[in-house]
Amino acid sequence: MSDLWKLTAHEAHEKLRAKEFTSVELTESVLERVRAVEPKVHAYITVTAELALEQAREADAKYASSSATPLTGIPLAIKDLIVTKGVRTTAGSKILENFVPPYNSHVYETLRRAGAVMVGKANMDEFAMGSSTEHSAYGPSHNPWNLDLVPGGSSGGSAAAVSAGEALGALGSDTGGSIRQPASLCGNVGFDPTYGRVSRYGIIAFGSSLDQVGPIGRDVEDVATLLDCISGHDPRDSTSNPEPVADLRHYLGRDIKGMRIGVPKEYFISGMEPGVTARIEEALKLFEELGCTVDRELSLPSTEHALAVYYIIAPSEASANLARYDGVKYGYSDHSGGSMWANMEQTRAGGFGEEVKRRIMLGTYALSAGYYDAYYLKAQKVRTLINNEFAAAFQKYDVIVTPTSPTVAFPLGAKLNDPYAMYLNDIYTLPSSVAGLPAISLPCGLSEGLPVGLQIIGNFFDEPRVVQAAHAFEQALGWSNRVARI
Amino acid sequence: MSLSPEEVLHIARLARIALTPADVERFAAQLSGILDQFAALAAVDTDGLEPTAHPLPLSNVMRADVVTASLMQGEALANAPEAEDGFFRVRAVLE
Repeated sequence: MSDLWKLTAHEAHEKLRAKEFTSVELTESVLERVRAVEPKVHAYITVTAELALEQAREADAKYASSSATPLTGIPLAIKDLIVTKGVRTTAGSKILENFVPPYNSHVYETLRRAGAVMVGKANMDEFAMGSSTEHSAYGPSHNPWNLDLVPGGSSGGSAAAVSAGEALGALGSDTGGSIRQPASLCGNVGFDPTYGRVSRYGIIAFGSSLDQVGPIGRDVEDVATLLDCISGHDPRDSTSNPEPVADLRHYLGRDIKGMRIGVPKEYFISGMEPGVTARIEEALKLFEELGCTVDRELSLPSTEHALAVYYIIAPSEASANLARYDGVKYGYSDHSGGSMWANMEQTRAGGFGEEVKRRIMLGTYALSAGYYDAYYLKAQKVRTLINNEFAAAFQKYDVIVTPTSPTVAFPLGAKLNDPYAMYLNDIYTLPSSVAGLPAISLPCGLSEGLPVGLQIIGNFFDEPRVVQAAHAFEQALGWSNRVARI
Repeated sequence: MSLSPEEVLHIARLARIALTPADVERFAAQLSGILDQFAALAAVDTDGLEPTAHPLPLSNVMRADVVTASLMQGEALANAPEAEDGFFRVRAVLE
């Protein structure tokens, strides 16, 4: 009974149904693991142990009355930009260090309706701006595979929690790679859904035309189950897609014979680690063995511009979204100055961290008089070009397969003082984010003892085919390093 | 592309962030370096392309004009750094 924290969510659900143990026992096992490893990993900003046990007791009542669903009683980590009524939500920022939300996000409501258990609020780069969690105002998380390395980011706490056994699954958010890159670096499966599939109501905003919430889990089945739970139309988010969405669990265990896979040349750049290249080549061979056609001739020539497009559009949107932190309505406030404006400037100077200030300033510049056309408008037009290239590719291919990240996990501190080097971590995840397409990252092996992630990008709302390809690949590969040894 | 200290201060003023002289120097160098990396964008041919503001073909999403539940005054003020008589309190805006 002591190793219940190692289970996948679907294994745990089956055993909960079979009355092999209770959700309280499962949750206690996870909380025990949190007590043991959290001082080394720091996956959470806030651990909600009492609330978790209360929710676990409710879940056990559901199992007793046979009204349980696949996530009932499953302990999860929730990224700390997902607002939770009555539970402090910081977005990794000092400016929200005492913020206790008066309402719930849509995704948390859906998880609670399903009877899921929240272990705590997961660490993240401040306002999701970063690729390592080193920009968290609460200190970085550590990669459970090697504590000297970053877990990736911005949803690094969510990914670290799952691979350290401090949760069976997690929710993260992805703006330019913030689910997929940490999932890749921590050896998890992470899924950034199509923009609009999941409601952003109650998600602390970063880049509103890019942000999506999505799951991180130990296998494709768990991620499909989590995404099914949180997907669907919500009138409180006007960008939430009104069309009904397919049940992704239905696409597990299907063969992928005849699936057409495009592999874009532009993703195989210099600077990619040889170990990563080798695992991706092996993955492509495995897809061929599974009966797919793998075409290496796909070209997406605007890929090289995705980074600039993203780092103009996302900071521009952030500069507008983060204007709300004025020290008046909630959050950190420095009212030692003589005027309202002085207080606002001091509040933002003291409340925001370095990277957030950098991006607000970058976005403010790109939107300012005289520079708007050259930066923001130009970036929006090149965004159209990127979209058009993906649209043409999906005429020929069912899915696009690429690496998730050019490298495996890197040492803490290695890129902290070079903002642009940090931005390059997202080079493979930015293009599909800019286009709003669904993309999953799943493990495809190890390089120098560390996990390598494979990315599968699908067409708009074609999560079914992405899940089908990912699950078939995962089953064929036989990945079993679901929990890291600490 | 090189941002001057005056330009950095101007941006910071627009963004309402107080900066120290050391901040100005550091941000001027870092932001200039980042903007240099974006220079290649200017050469991309975008003639005839419409800008994309948003990935989905949704626009003007409306709802019925009916009253729905919202936060009560106490809930809305619960996180306020300073509140008085049911209002958020700030320093004088006009001097």
